[in-house]
Amino acid sequence: MKNYDILLNDLAPQKFGKKGVIWTISLIVLIILGIIAYIDQIIKGQVVTNMNDYALWGVYISNFVFFVATSFVSTITVAVLRLTNNSWRTPIVRIAEIISVAAIIMAGLTITIDMGRPDRLLNLFIYGRMQSPITWDVIIIPTYVVVSLLLLYFPLLPDFGLLNKYYKEKQPKLSKWYEKLSLNWTGSDAQKTIQLKSIHIIAILIIPVGFMLQTIDAWLFSTLFRVGWDSTNLGAYFISGASVAGVGALVCAVYVLQKVYKLENYITDFHFDKLGKFLVLTCLIYLYFNLNEYLIPQLTSKKEATTHINVLMTGEFAPLFWFVIIGGLIIPIIVLLFKKGRKPLPMFLIGLLVVIGSWWKRYLIVTPTLLHPFLPIQGVPEEWRHYFPSIHEWLITIATLAMALLIITLLVRYLPIIPIQRTADEQEELKINKSTKS
Amino acid sequence: MKNNKTTSRRKFLDKGLKISLTTVISGLGITKLASKLNAQADEKTDVKMELMTTDGTIIQVGSSEVMEMDNSKKHKEYNVREGMPNRKFVMVIDLAKCKNALKCQNACNKHHYITGNHAWLKVYKMQEDADTAPYWMPTTCMHCDHPACVTVCPVDATFKRRDGLVLIDNERCIGCRFCMAACPYSTRVFNWSEPNQDEITMLMEMEHQTHNSAEFAGLPSIKGTVDKCDFCPHTIKENILPHCVTACPNGVFYFGDKYEDTVTNGEETLRLSQLLIDKHGYRLMEGLGTKPSVFYLPPVDRLVDFKEGLESFTDFKSVDKSE
Repeated sequence: MKNYDILLNDLAPQKFGKKGVIWTISLIVLIILGIIAYIDQIIKGQVVTNMNDYALWGVYISNFVFFVATSFVSTITVAVLRLTNNSWRTPIVRIAEIISVAAIIMAGLTITIDMGRPDRLLNLFIYGRMQSPITWDVIIIPTYVVVSLLLLYFPLLPDFGLLNKYYKEKQPKLSKWYEKLSLNWTGSDAQKTIQLKSIHIIAILIIPVGFMLQTIDAWLFSTLFRVGWDSTNLGAYFISGASVAGVGALVCAVYVLQKVYKLENYITDFHFDKLGKFLVLTCLIYLYFNLNEYLIPQLTSKKEATTHINVLMTGEFAPLFWFVIIGGLIIPIIVLLFKKGRKPLPMFLIGLLVVIGSWWKRYLIVTPTLLHPFLPIQGVPEEWRHYFPSIHEWLITIATLAMALLIITLLVRYLPIIPIQRTADEQEELKINKSTKS
Repeated sequence: MKNNKTTSRRKFLDKGLKISLTTVISGLGITKLASKLNAQADEKTDVKMELMTTDGTIIQVGSSEVMEMDNSKKHKEYNVREGMPNRKFVMVIDLAKCKNALKCQNACNKHHYITGNHAWLKVYKMQEDADTAPYWMPTTCMHCDHPACVTVCPVDATFKRRDGLVLIDNERCIGCRFCMAACPYSTRVFNWSEPNQDEITMLMEMEHQTHNSAEFAGLPSIKGTVDKCDFCPHTIKENILPHCVTACPNGVFYFGDKYEDTVTNGEETLRLSQLLIDKHGYRLMEGLGTKPSVFYLPPVDRLVDFKEGLESFTDFKSVDKSE
């Protein structure tokens, strides 16, 4: 193999410094707190949450929807950008794949937290009924886990081969792992053909699977009668929302990793500019769907729908609603439409706004609808007419978010964040192009 | 060598498929022939019977066309998931008579040992608009013929029976609450904590009735599962009316069988179809297409003023915990 010394020096995974260790330990502490709260929930029942027979789904479900949405990032970044031949995606695809894997694994775990009888989880498989949207979810989520893991793994094979050699003297144990995972990669033509073909197939396959995942997630709500959910719009709305959440999360992760690992030579202002344009495109499409969902019902709507919209815009949920729309959508669009707004630091701040806005948006999708049933809420304690998560719910939810970050952290620790072989190949191509031109 | 093996494998598969196909087709053919022959055999031994129709005329019918039926309605064994054969239970609630006495709710709470904060039978204070009249509306589970809850249950824990009842198997329920999100009548309740029915749990385990829990809703309730009104199958199979029907002092609840076209409130027994025509029966949220089994008679010509019911109206309570 060719000499990739500079690349390997820059891109090979390094041990954590002080900051990395503190970060990892804090995440583990948050996770342990969440596990304690969850054990308490198992013992006492979900009465430790603030859910009731009306607000029967709460922050667990909205958190689950957020994870499913964020896992869309590898579909939209790797597959869609690949099919449209956007070559600037190379340094960021692995980060996107890592975020996807972490998010979809956490989605699968998070939904079991919401079950009243998690000990009967196997019933979903033994007695699973094809007509239930939850069964469709049970099928599509493991499928997406497998496909996104493969999409992460296939391009890693040549990198593992390189890292195996790089670490042979410095860290022999680690080198052995890379050797095993590289599946005897030698870089021969035959291997390259198979690998490129496999990546191509998986990259195409993940598009329908990813789209189906988001749509099935939407169908969990739109197959029901409730106001705000009973909308034919919901499938496309969720796909658009997932693009926003995914790309927003990608922007944040790219900024942090670039700073921490000093990757300014590989992830440049150009990449941030392109990502910014991509993010503003997804946000504009999402804005279109939001206008359809929230603005048009103001004109003509059934009584229940009008009440629902009013509660969101001027009622109990108004502050949250306007934060999500203005802070999570309008401000990002305005800032990102200008070149100065697409510089790294403003992009990071906007990315954070987008992610936080996305998380609370899903809360707004789940909770207000449940508090407007068709029949009036009577005969139950007054607290049941409102919902805000309890301490247990917050601890468990924060633990799931920490666990997602921990998975990303561990993957970043041992995997090269930027594809080494591909970067090398692209640099070769550039050299050849330059020399042929001159 | 390889080619030989592949060809012989292919020949084997080829022959195998052909043989099995011929067997299946001839098997079907023979069964059809056999049933036709049997039918012909029956026709030959045909004795004519004299029968009377429902409007008094006498007709002659071949005895092979007459099937013996046991209409004794005694409690026969049936599959809990399939339900009682030849019955379709319906309920009619007469809103003109309801005074919010809440005896129905108390009886239901008592007989199902409800220990939570949410009764299964709720009497709503309804008023669609400031200009329209207020009225009291008791609601039970509608036992819909097109139930939204059954469609969405991922594990078949809630199911629709042939006798019309929609029941819950709380040994299978995984507590996802999708059925509760689907029900437009908000009639389901969830056991968020241990139900603390202590006594009854012990009793039930002693009487080994926990494995038939679908017909004994709430006996016991299980933490992390869903409960709702079940039309009291444990009583109606003994030909006793559900507890809410018997408890109502004003005769608001009528319960019966659609196939018999009869409903009763314990005092009067009426023809269901005639009652619905005479008093313009309707169903709740008909436009949603759930096809409920509970009919309502509109609150017209009321016997008592709506305000009399306000005394016992508790906005924030439906289960009396004082006992």
